[in-house]
Amino acid sequence: MGTVVELCLYGVSLGAIYAIIALGFTIIHSVTRIINFAQGEFVMLGGMLAFVLLSSAHLPLAVAFVLAVVMVALIGLMLERLAIRPARNAPVVSLIIITIGASIFIRGIAGKVWGKDPVVIPAFTGEEPVSFLGASLNPQSFWVLGTTLAVMVLLHLFFSYTMLGKALRACASNRKAASLVGINVGTMSLIAFSLSAALGATAGIVVAPITFPSYSVGVMLGLKGFVAAALGGFTSLVLAVVGGLGLGVVESLAAGLISSAYKDAIALAILFVVLLVQVRRFREVGEEE
Amino acid sequence: MRRRLLGSLKVWALSALVVAVALVPFVVNPYYTSLLIVIGIHTLLTVGLCLLMGYTGQVSLGHAAFYGTGAFFSAILSASHGVNPWLAMFIAAVATGGMAYLVSFPIFQLRGNYLAMATLGFGIILWVAFRELDQFTGGPSGLSGVPYLSIGGLVFNTDFKYYYLVWIAVLGILFISQNIVNSRTGRAMRSIRSNEDAARSVGIGVSGFKVKVFVLAAVYASLAGSLYVHYLTFVSPQPFGFLFSVRLIVMAVVGGLASIWGAIFGTTAVTFMSESLHRFGELDIILFGFLLMVVMVFLPQGLTRGLMDLYERVRARARGAGR
Repeated sequence: MGTVVELCLYGVSLGAIYAIIALGFTIIHSVTRIINFAQGEFVMLGGMLAFVLLSSAHLPLAVAFVLAVVMVALIGLMLERLAIRPARNAPVVSLIIITIGASIFIRGIAGKVWGKDPVVIPAFTGEEPVSFLGASLNPQSFWVLGTTLAVMVLLHLFFSYTMLGKALRACASNRKAASLVGINVGTMSLIAFSLSAALGATAGIVVAPITFPSYSVGVMLGLKGFVAAALGGFTSLVLAVVGGLGLGVVESLAAGLISSAYKDAIALAILFVVLLVQVRRFREVGEEE
Repeated sequence: MRRRLLGSLKVWALSALVVAVALVPFVVNPYYTSLLIVIGIHTLLTVGLCLLMGYTGQVSLGHAAFYGTGAFFSAILSASHGVNPWLAMFIAAVATGGMAYLVSFPIFQLRGNYLAMATLGFGIILWVAFRELDQFTGGPSGLSGVPYLSIGGLVFNTDFKYYYLVWIAVLGILFISQNIVNSRTGRAMRSIRSNEDAARSVGIGVSGFKVKVFVLAAVYASLAGSLYVHYLTFVSPQPFGFLFSVRLIVMAVVGGLASIWGAIFGTTAVTFMSESLHRFGELDIILFGFLLMVVMVFLPQGLTRGLMDLYERVRARARGAGR
């Protein structure tokens, strides 16, 4: 029983990360109708940059955290300006290839600059396991959950009460109409990319002490965030979060109770099921255009 | 007039290519012969991907999985069960094609981005399977003792002989693919790429064509996989991962996605780039990512066609200025 609780709780903290990544996918897709295959690289960059700022620059944690998030947001901004914007009207196939290109480009540079070994970031508040319902938990898990919660609340406030948030939502529901009432759709796309990059980086940093990031973690994290986002149909932020948490728990249980070798395969099998169940919904979203 | 000119040009280019292919091993040193064998094998994969992505407009991010399936079927049947290598190659092609056929039904419910993600997921699942089903595949350490191919007394056990075997296959497949592209099927494929709903409305069986092209590309990949294992006489899961799928896309994109003969150029260019960057570590990945972005943004017709167009434009401008 203790193990199952432990696995579930671990799964929730893992799922919280997928949830944040899924939010990034959803925001970019809602505003621009693009799936950003480089989303996972933002997560990797967050973790790696935080490591560099902490270990080489010896910055305090909070400063390193904020700085890393800002840097990755700038990278997201550059990605939109340099690679996405010039091909804005290209067919979907081209945009997919472009973001994949961006993804392996970033990954290649990261591998070159930081090497291939996973890096170790100290837990934010000590390594002493916390006992909970007969399970022992890594205290970093609470940081992960807390951060996810904070991100969700902030996003909710942002999208409900700020002018910018409302403009983004207007873009998401109808781009043409949004531009007719004077919203600069291009700028919104830029903001969507930076915001998603910042979200990805945040996820990457808080999870780093648990998963030890390396240059190559982006693909799998991106894929799993995508699964969670697909559960939410790429439109619903709430469902994306629920999807992320669910996926994390299922994956953790599968790894603990069945086989850890197949945990990724199980997550991807879920991807198929989700895609096929959601296919009608995607069609509707596509046909709005 | 222009068309006829292009036509005769094509015949010349083709003959030149065949002659070049036939003579190359006599001219270059053995290292390049082995490199050209690999290029030939990869060309088979790239051609399939061009048909699927370039002509039909359907993305596959998991193409390495079919390559791997062909490779493992060939290796397991011929090394562990003593099946004749040619028969094993045939069975592998049928099995891989059959798998693609089964997968295609759920997968082609999806379009665009979702299709891309589904194929990416599929590729990774198979890669995990290659690694984990170690009682069949040998797991991460792989499977050795795959026999050489042979016809009668002719055993394809040297690079020199294998080179001809591979390139005859490549030229054959290119020829077949070129004919498909210029046929009714090819026109249907292009119409699906430009507008699926419009294609459907004029009576083209969209799903049927997608499935056919997907299965064909999978069979090409399977043949490539079989040729690969009988060349190395060894197989491990390592070359069939996501990065290889991406690399195939780079090759197709550089050669021009919608260009059958561009596949040879793209594959050759990417392989040589990769070889020359090899000693600097994994710089090639950075270059590939960069190429993918630049080519898709600025030269969506591919590097060759794009540069040719650019040249034409510059020349036209120069001529205009001269007047």
